[in-house]
Amino acid sequence: MTENALRTIRIGSGAGYSGDRIEPAVELAQMGDIQYLVFECLGERTVALAQQARMKNPDGGFDPLLEERMRAVLAVCAAKGIKIVTNMGAANPVAAARRTAEIAKSLGLSSLKIAAVIGDDVLNACKDGDLPIMEFDGTIKQLGNRLLSANAYLGAEPMAEALSTGADVVITGRASDPALFLAPMIHAFGWAMDDWNLLGQGTVAGHLLECAGQITGGYFADPGYKDVAGLARLGFPIGEVGEDGSLVITKVAGSGGAVTAQTCKEQLLYEVHDPTKYLQPDVVADFSQVKVEEIAPDRVRVSGGRGTRRPDTLKISVGYVDSYIGEGQISYAGPGALARGRLALEIVRERLLLTGVQSSELRFDLIGVDSLHGPDVSAHANEPYEVRVRVAGRTESLREAVRIGNEVETLFTNGPAAGGGATKSARDVVAVASVLLPRELAKPSVRFVEA
Amino acid sequence: MVKLREIAHSRTGDKGNTSNISVIAYDEKHFSLLKAQVTSERVKTLFAGVVEGDVVRYELPNIAALNFVMTNALGGGVTRSLALDAHGKSLSSALLELEIDDDS
Repeated sequence: MTENALRTIRIGSGAGYSGDRIEPAVELAQMGDIQYLVFECLGERTVALAQQARMKNPDGGFDPLLEERMRAVLAVCAAKGIKIVTNMGAANPVAAARRTAEIAKSLGLSSLKIAAVIGDDVLNACKDGDLPIMEFDGTIKQLGNRLLSANAYLGAEPMAEALSTGADVVITGRASDPALFLAPMIHAFGWAMDDWNLLGQGTVAGHLLECAGQITGGYFADPGYKDVAGLARLGFPIGEVGEDGSLVITKVAGSGGAVTAQTCKEQLLYEVHDPTKYLQPDVVADFSQVKVEEIAPDRVRVSGGRGTRRPDTLKISVGYVDSYIGEGQISYAGPGALARGRLALEIVRERLLLTGVQSSELRFDLIGVDSLHGPDVSAHANEPYEVRVRVAGRTESLREAVRIGNEVETLFTNGPAAGGGATKSARDVVAVASVLLPRELAKPSVRFVEA
Repeated sequence: MVKLREIAHSRTGDKGNTSNISVIAYDEKHFSLLKAQVTSERVKTLFAGVVEGDVVRYELPNIAALNFVMTNALGGGVTRSLALDAHGKSLSSALLELEIDDDS
C-alpha cells in the first residue's frame, strides 16, 4: 500500500441471529482476508430471556452458542490478528468475557485481551423516571412485578474504545446492531463522533451486514424469478470500508450464494421505516440517497448514506411477562380435507366456550389455506390436498393455556374423521416494549478480562 | 396485465408491531408503474384483514424502490403475536400477487 492509498478495512459478518450457522464465520476468518469479525446474535426479546436465565444463575445469562462460536473461530482469529466484536454478552457480558477467556486458555491462546462492555442495563434509571411505554398506554411502573428488564441500545463508542485500548475480543450486551460494525470503523479510521455523514454511511454498511446471509442470497431465492445457487453453503458477507466511508459488499470467493444489486437493495430497506430517518444511538442515518452498483461479480458498491445529529434519547428495550399462549394442531388429508378442517375448528371454538376456557384472544387457522395472510387474502386459492388445523389463544395463566391444546388433541377421538398428527403446547410469553431514556442516564464502560 | 411479481421483488421486515415491505423494480424503467399503481391505498385494501393501522409509502428513486410501512400489523407485536408467522415475513409474497396494468 502506498502512502496515499485510501485506508480500507474488511469486516466479516459471522452471524445474523442467535441460532445462525457456525461454519460460514470460520470460512470468513480463514479465507476472507478480514480484520474484524462481527457476530450479531441478540434478538429483540433475547436479552429479557437472558435476564431471566441470569436470575437463576449469576454466571449465566449470555448467548447459549457463545462457547461453540468462540471455539470455532478464536484460534484462527488469534493467528491472523482478527478482532471479534459481538453482542453475545446478552444479559451478562462480564460472565461471557470470563467464559471466553477460559475457552481461549483451553485452546492455548493465553495473551488474548477480552473486553466486556457494561452499562446497557438501565432498569433502575427507567423505574426512577417511570417512563411512558411507546407501544401501548402505560408506564414502566404500571408493569409492576411483570417487569423483567430494561436495556439501552448502546452506540459504538464503548466498543470502539475497547478496540483502541487493545481488545482482541469485544463482548457487549444490548447495543444497536449497526453499531457493532460502526465500532471497528471509528476505531480504525478515527472518525469523529459528530461527523454525521460518515457515521450515516457507516450505519448503511452496518445495517447491510448485520443480518449476515440476508445480503448474500439468503431470504431471497424465489425459483424462476430470483435463483440463488449454493444456499446450503451460503457465504456470509464482507464489507470493505474505506476511511472516507466508501463501501463494497462482497463474500469469500467460491462460497455459496450471491451478492448482487438486488440482494443489497432488499437488505437496505429491511426493517427500515422512514428511509430519511433511521434512528441510531450515534446518528440519525439517511438512506434515501443511497446508490447501489454492481462493479464485478459478487462485488457491489453502496454509496450515498448520510446522517444528521444523533437523538438526545436512547431507545430502551423493556422485557416483561405479557401473558401465556396455548396452542394445538391436527392434520386432515385427501378428499374433503378442507371441510373436515373447518369442522374441526368449529368444534374447538364451541368447546372452548362450553368448557369456559378463559382467554383474551383466540386464533383459528388452517395451515395450507389461510394461516399466513388470513381468509381474505387467501380466498381465491385452490383446495389443498392436506390441511393442518391450528388453534392458538392468549390466557392469563399456564393452566388455562394448557386447556386450549387439549381441546384440539381431543379431536382425535371426538372430532372429524381421520385427524392425525396432533400436537399441543403452552408457554409463557416474555414480550418487549420500548421507552426512550435521556442518553446521559446510561453510563456504559469497558471492563477487561485476561485470558 | 401482469402480476407485480413479474416486474418487482420484495422483502418484509419487522419492528415491534410494525411491518415494512419493500417493492423494488427489477428494471428501473418500471419504477413509474410502481409509483402509479402500487399505492398505499391498494396495499391497505389488500391487507385489510391483517393491518389494523396506517399504511405509509416512502419512495426511493435512486434504487427504483418503494417502502411500505404498516402499523398495528403484527398481531400486537412479534414477541406476543398468536400468529404462525409472528414476524409477518411471508407478507411480501402476498403483495407480489397484485395486478399491474403494463399497457399504458
